[in-house]
Amino acid sequence: MTDVSFLTTWVLPAVFGVPLFAAVATFILGARWASRLIGLLVPIVVFVIAVLLIVATADGSVVVAQIAGWPGGVSIAFVGDLFSALMLAATSVMVFTCLVFAYSAGLGMDRWFIPSVSIMTAGVYGAFVTGDLFNLFVMVEVALLPSYVLMSRSGVLTALRSARLYLIVNLTASTLFLAGLGVVYGVTGTVNLAALAGLGIFPVVGIAVGVIMMAMMLKAALVPTHSWLPATYPYTSPAVTALFSGLLTKIGAYAIVRIISIVYEPGQLITVIVIAVCVASMIVGVLGALGEGTIRGGLTFQMVSGMGYILVGVVLAGAVGMAAVVFYLIHHMIVMTSLFLTGGSVEHEERTGVVGRLGGLAKAHPIAAFAFFLSAASLVGLPPFSGFWAKLGVLTAAVDAGSALVVVVVLLVSVGTLMSMLKLGTGVFWGLPKGAREDEDTPSDVTVVADTTAGRAGATGTAIDIAAAVEAPPMTRWRPFLVFPGLALALLSLGIGIFPEWLLDLTQTAGESLNDTAGYVTAVLGGGS
Amino acid sequence: MTLAIAVAVLAAVGTYLIVRGGAVRLILGFILLGHAANLIIIAAGGTFRREAPLVDGGVVLETMADPLPQAFVLTAIVITFGVTVYLLSLVARTAKRSARNAGEGGAHD
Repeated sequence: MTDVSFLTTWVLPAVFGVPLFAAVATFILGARWASRLIGLLVPIVVFVIAVLLIVATADGSVVVAQIAGWPGGVSIAFVGDLFSALMLAATSVMVFTCLVFAYSAGLGMDRWFIPSVSIMTAGVYGAFVTGDLFNLFVMVEVALLPSYVLMSRSGVLTALRSARLYLIVNLTASTLFLAGLGVVYGVTGTVNLAALAGLGIFPVVGIAVGVIMMAMMLKAALVPTHSWLPATYPYTSPAVTALFSGLLTKIGAYAIVRIISIVYEPGQLITVIVIAVCVASMIVGVLGALGEGTIRGGLTFQMVSGMGYILVGVVLAGAVGMAAVVFYLIHHMIVMTSLFLTGGSVEHEERTGVVGRLGGLAKAHPIAAFAFFLSAASLVGLPPFSGFWAKLGVLTAAVDAGSALVVVVVLLVSVGTLMSMLKLGTGVFWGLPKGAREDEDTPSDVTVVADTTAGRAGATGTAIDIAAAVEAPPMTRWRPFLVFPGLALALLSLGIGIFPEWLLDLTQTAGESLNDTAGYVTAVLGGGS
Repeated sequence: MTLAIAVAVLAAVGTYLIVRGGAVRLILGFILLGHAANLIIIAAGGTFRREAPLVDGGVVLETMADPLPQAFVLTAIVITFGVTVYLLSLVARTAKRSARNAGEGGAHD
């Protein structure tokens, strides 16, 4: 193990602290180029820290910062293992690309945008490195509060309505989380994750932690509690949707993976529950995506479907399954953000996200079409993209665990994903240009408008709302940085697909340390460093 | 038992207010639900232990209050307060915009 003492004391808390200070600085500076520069520097700093962490933990060791030097078990620890480090690296890349896109879309002019994003990312990074359930609650709240602001800053009435739904859902989840914390503390006398290791075998602890799991399920938008996601995410600006998709639901996924891996033992009832929920998520998500009529509407349903793919490995085949989870999580973040950014660039240029009004845009936006093609192929799971290795990992885990149901559903839903992405692709980029389609689509549009003006729109999600919610500034010149972020992420996915060994090795190690949590527990509680 | 009943009543009334709809009811509902969650945490610390948790020799561990849930609740109250303020301002903003939109619509008619 390399000497990592410098990481433990300062660097680990810095991933939370640096964005917070940046938020204060950018708030004082206001909407200037300096703020925008600081906003871009923060993810770079975090990425460097994450790379250091990956190097330090690549052998499966765990880095712990006992805050204020209290002994393990008493202190509120910041813990960095390989899973956390990989998540930090992936998120910082997402934040950077989303910021470039947002600046290009004009959001950098909003005085509140950069401070809000900085605080939000502070919460997200913090959630990845905290080793304490109550601290996780605080981090989640830190990430959510600015997200409320970002959600309702679009300034259109429909955006405010969907912001209200978003608030209700997240407040419910937070209250449930808090109540669950109370129950866990009452039952076990601790909320330190490492101290809860393996206690899930006691039914009373299992149920208490289950309350927290339910809150996290709501945040991750898994199936019985998914319907808020497609009703809120598409109604803000494209840059914010992309940011949320890369960050916020992924906190829920991260927390579910972390808590299940530490608290519960395999073979419990939770295995059945997780498989049922994930399989349902895959199927419902992809069916919803097929039925949606807007770019981002379809993509948010793909998020629901993807969440099932990510989490199903948690209970399959031990280390192999966990490795599949980590790989799929990283792949999914890259690809979904890429799709949202590419779709968002089209929405900004064409000033609508309704598929029925777009078409034949491959000629006008060749780069966006290319990026969309790459990411869509990766999402479906075609070789040589990262999605192929991600799905292969999930399938391997399912075969190892002997779960025929998961194998069948994974394969069938992939076909559905292919269909829905083909529908989006032909509708937006490769179909007939919008002039030729206008006649058949006009009547349905009129009914939609009437429906909206009747004031019933709100969360039910009609296509016209999105068109109204996106206040794209009029196109005066070609803005290359609107399409390059999505293209860069698509190429990253392709790159991982062509050279997957390094990431497969890293996720393998991360999966092993998630499966066997003894190292994590000893590092946090064992008075080390 | 008193705490359990209090939690039950708060949670029931809070849920009722939230599902009834209406912006202000919604906020009040979440305030009550937040109180219910806070009381659960306080109950988790054990209400029969009331002595100040100062380790200066004179305190018996059995009667000493658990300071950790109180710290939790304090944090949670601050967060709930912040969210409530934000919710109220959002409602005020929505109401103002709705009123203006309605006014514009009326002018056109």
